[in-house]
Amino acid sequence: MKPAPFAYFAPRSLDEALALLQEHGYEAKLLAGGQSLIPAMNFRLAQPAALIDINRIDALSFLEPASDGGLRIGAMTRQRTVERSALVAERAPLLHATMPFIAHMQIRNRGTLGGNLAHADPASELPAVMVALGARFRLQSQRGARWVNAADFYVGLFATTLEADEMLVEIAVPPLPPRTGWSIQEIARRRGDYAIVGVAATATLNADGRCHAARLVYLSVGEGPIQAHDAVAALHGQAPTAAVIAAAMRGASQRIEPLGDIHATPAYRRQLIEVLGRRALTEAFARVQPT
Amino acid sequence: MATRYFGQPIKRNEDPRLLTGQATFTDDVHLPEMLHVAFYRSPYAHARIRAVHTEAARAMPGVVAVYTADDLGAYWQPGPLLVPPPPVKEIIFNPRMQVPLARDKVRFVGEPVAVVVAENRYLAEDAAEQIHLDVEVLPAVVDLEQALTPAAALVHDDLDQNLNAHVIQRKGDYTRARQQADIIIQRKLRYDRGTAAALENRGIVAHWEARNQQMTIWDTTQAPIPIRNGLAGMLGLSEKQVRVIAPFIGGGFGPKIMMFYQEEVLLPWISMRLNRPVKWIEDRQENFYATTQERGQVHWAEMALTRDGKILGVKDVFLHDAGAYAPYGLTVALNSQCTLLGQYDVAHYYSEFTSVFTTKPIVTPYRGAGRQHGVFVMERLLDIAAKELDIDRVEMRRRNLIPPDKFPYSNEIIYQDFAPLTYDSGNYLPALARAVEMIDYERFLREEQPRLRAAGKHVGLGIVTYVEGTGIGPYEGAKVTVEASGRVSVATGIGTQGQGHFTSFAQIVADQLGVTPEQVRLVTGDTAEFYWGAGTFASRGAVVAGNAIHAAALAVRRKILKKASDELEVDEEDLELVDGAVRVKGSPQTAIKLGDLAVRANPMRGAVKPGTEPGLEATDYFGPERGATASGVHAMIVEVDPETMMIEILRYVVVHDCGAVINPMILEGQIHGGVAQGIGNAFYEQLVFDEHGQLLNASFMDYLLPTADTVPRIETDHVETRSPLNPLGIKGAGEAGAIPVGPLFAQAIEDALHDANLEILEIPLSPSRLYELVAEAK
Repeated sequence: MKPAPFAYFAPRSLDEALALLQEHGYEAKLLAGGQSLIPAMNFRLAQPAALIDINRIDALSFLEPASDGGLRIGAMTRQRTVERSALVAERAPLLHATMPFIAHMQIRNRGTLGGNLAHADPASELPAVMVALGARFRLQSQRGARWVNAADFYVGLFATTLEADEMLVEIAVPPLPPRTGWSIQEIARRRGDYAIVGVAATATLNADGRCHAARLVYLSVGEGPIQAHDAVAALHGQAPTAAVIAAAMRGASQRIEPLGDIHATPAYRRQLIEVLGRRALTEAFARVQPT
Repeated sequence: MATRYFGQPIKRNEDPRLLTGQATFTDDVHLPEMLHVAFYRSPYAHARIRAVHTEAARAMPGVVAVYTADDLGAYWQPGPLLVPPPPVKEIIFNPRMQVPLARDKVRFVGEPVAVVVAENRYLAEDAAEQIHLDVEVLPAVVDLEQALTPAAALVHDDLDQNLNAHVIQRKGDYTRARQQADIIIQRKLRYDRGTAAALENRGIVAHWEARNQQMTIWDTTQAPIPIRNGLAGMLGLSEKQVRVIAPFIGGGFGPKIMMFYQEEVLLPWISMRLNRPVKWIEDRQENFYATTQERGQVHWAEMALTRDGKILGVKDVFLHDAGAYAPYGLTVALNSQCTLLGQYDVAHYYSEFTSVFTTKPIVTPYRGAGRQHGVFVMERLLDIAAKELDIDRVEMRRRNLIPPDKFPYSNEIIYQDFAPLTYDSGNYLPALARAVEMIDYERFLREEQPRLRAAGKHVGLGIVTYVEGTGIGPYEGAKVTVEASGRVSVATGIGTQGQGHFTSFAQIVADQLGVTPEQVRLVTGDTAEFYWGAGTFASRGAVVAGNAIHAAALAVRRKILKKASDELEVDEEDLELVDGAVRVKGSPQTAIKLGDLAVRANPMRGAVKPGTEPGLEATDYFGPERGATASGVHAMIVEVDPETMMIEILRYVVVHDCGAVINPMILEGQIHGGVAQGIGNAFYEQLVFDEHGQLLNASFMDYLLPTADTVPRIETDHVETRSPLNPLGIKGAGEAGAIPVGPLFAQAIEDALHDANLEILEIPLSPSRLYELVAEAK
């Protein structure tokens, strides 16, 4: 379990890093927290020709309030920093509540927000949460920068819209709309394990207590974050009673096609999709603060 | 005999070193000029080798040598059969042993094919990646029930089927018992593979010093003395030229007693060939393939009972997965066979097993070592019978326990030590009663469970019993020496892997010699310190080595008294050993310190009298005529979420009887660790092989060990039924915690999901598998 040979670069600035990325392209891997990449290299499942270590680029590590009431978070911000931030707890309580589900404290001490999001592991909580929150990602290269919606960023198994020369540099999390509640639910075999199924929910009521909008985004049930559009559509305009939520979930869970693996059969995953979706929506609606 | 320390929960002598990182493990051995080894292992479960291409690897930078089977010449030999077949009539036994490097065929994924020696491990692994194996792929043999069908490929071409062994053992006449039965319970039960996953993987450093003609081997083995003897023979050296050191080892659990691992055979040979020290440290991925495993069995079992729940007889026919080679004989399957009847008085028993070769990693004993399977079968049949007969499950067990006046109790069949299976002593009812009391059985069933069920909670209770054959021979030995400083040194041959030997053995010696355990320094696992012995296995360290140490300490005590009697001119009966001195009873100022006495026993002038030996030192041995049978009861309360099948263990109770207890704190640690491993085995851990014999979860990401959040607080209590087979009255405890956890989970989960009409006949379980079983039961 030793990695194959690789070249190592440790740029001090974003410009320098982007130049290296421009030069090496897909032959290179960015080393952020290394919590997924280094094990993959030790197993020789990943054999990048070059590692560009971006841990020395201080400009990528920030967490600050955005003018719209949301958050701006630098890609190299450690997960543990996000977890312990009072600002995050106040402005993005769903993100705050999600952090403890991510592996173990030691891993979160090292792992970064951007590294996790760009890795695009379908079993990871953060991509689903970012889709549920309607977050946007800033991608930068020597050619320039662009913003992409989280929902459009994920295009397949460990696949994103990042070009070979691009780096995820910043995450913009918008504030929750008024009368909006949230929930994160997951089932993992042991605390800190990859979820068998997980789901992030946001739910917004209109003034008369009916469902105005909702997002229900699953992890570990497909190639990336999977939105249960049908369930959400079934809720629209309805008072979110237990019966309404249960009915919406029964139908919706049949339209997601999870794969089986050594930890869960497809049927068990489908059961969890229904149960966790129901629990998440119930909790999210219950959390709505009347205005 | 004073017993100031025996039985006391004193802190462990070894912990300061271990906790401050000052203990030597094999990977801590760094020698000048040392080379590093990596293995090229078969990626195929079953294939005929056409060629092994190593040219590219040999040309890599930093590579010193690459060897394949052909390079080994006459050194290439299959390993020895460690345990011969038991003396059972009409046995079929086809031993096939592992080879140092695969030559004609590979028989499991991970089997070593070539070995790379390089200046460091990184370079060695880079070179190993360049080795190419040219093969004809053969069908894998994975499923136990398929392995014996005519369509199955042959793992060993010289056998006409994949049959390792076939054994039938009988007690009484089951056929007659069956005819008299009111009810017959018949079920098929399965137990699947797991791995011991010791914290420390295996490792070997071999150092041949040509100038001294001396071989030193650091090895994570549980059996340093047999390793020395075997390797000396293989290498053409005298046993005196080979020193094997089993230093501190991070967990053994059985797989580290396997002999001889391919790596163990190769490293010393490489060191002699290159005349440089070489090191190989198994990495975690290798450990999943290259270290032996256990647990695959399929049982077809039946129990014949009377209407009032008395067991008349049991019949059990099972398949045992031996893996690709079977160097350890039939120990695991024999343990299953011999543990099945457990604490119950059963007159008629028919047990037949077939051990089959498969193209999976080698199977040798792993904590519990087959006992789990027998206990699982018996306890499950009892639960099912209790339901069918509408008898309370504890009452069902009570009615069948062996009564205390029937000991020694003979089950007549042959055990793993080849002696007839006879329980030395036992008193089962009090332990069961104590467990019932601790888990509050009656009140839980009468009040708590109905209340919880009414509140929509699914909470269930399990309670099961087991026995554990422990402390088998052949023998162990020890040398005890009082040094001039007054400190005592003890040397014994067994290895140590975290059991607390440095403390519990010191307690035994301290009581005999009137010193404190801190003044007793133990050396274990170094063949230069003690020549004879077998090893640490079968829960025998405390029983066999403990009694040998006791015997040697007693012999030293006799020498001390005799010498002091001469020196002080006082009768031996009037002397006592207290506070590191021999003194006259009632006259403590008339005393000699042990160190001074040791000096006088080793004089610089004058003569040592004929018939005596210099110093205060003695060597003695202990070999029990047969094993001692420990026993216990586990009970637990579990909550199941019926929607997700996630579980939470609310309470876990162990009542344990291992005879006299040396150190209750160490014993509790053994039990806690065993229970944790049992929980892993029952609900989290499973080695999943696909139809090609590929292991699908060879990492801790997917092989789920029990963690702090999955192991509950464990409440323990003890019943003490001394063993009559050894002077200390002790029985082994190493495997107890792990043995009955499977049937405990099955019973408790069935109880929790009482409305699901579930019958659990397999281990390990998982939430997903439970969901499937509940769906099937509907």
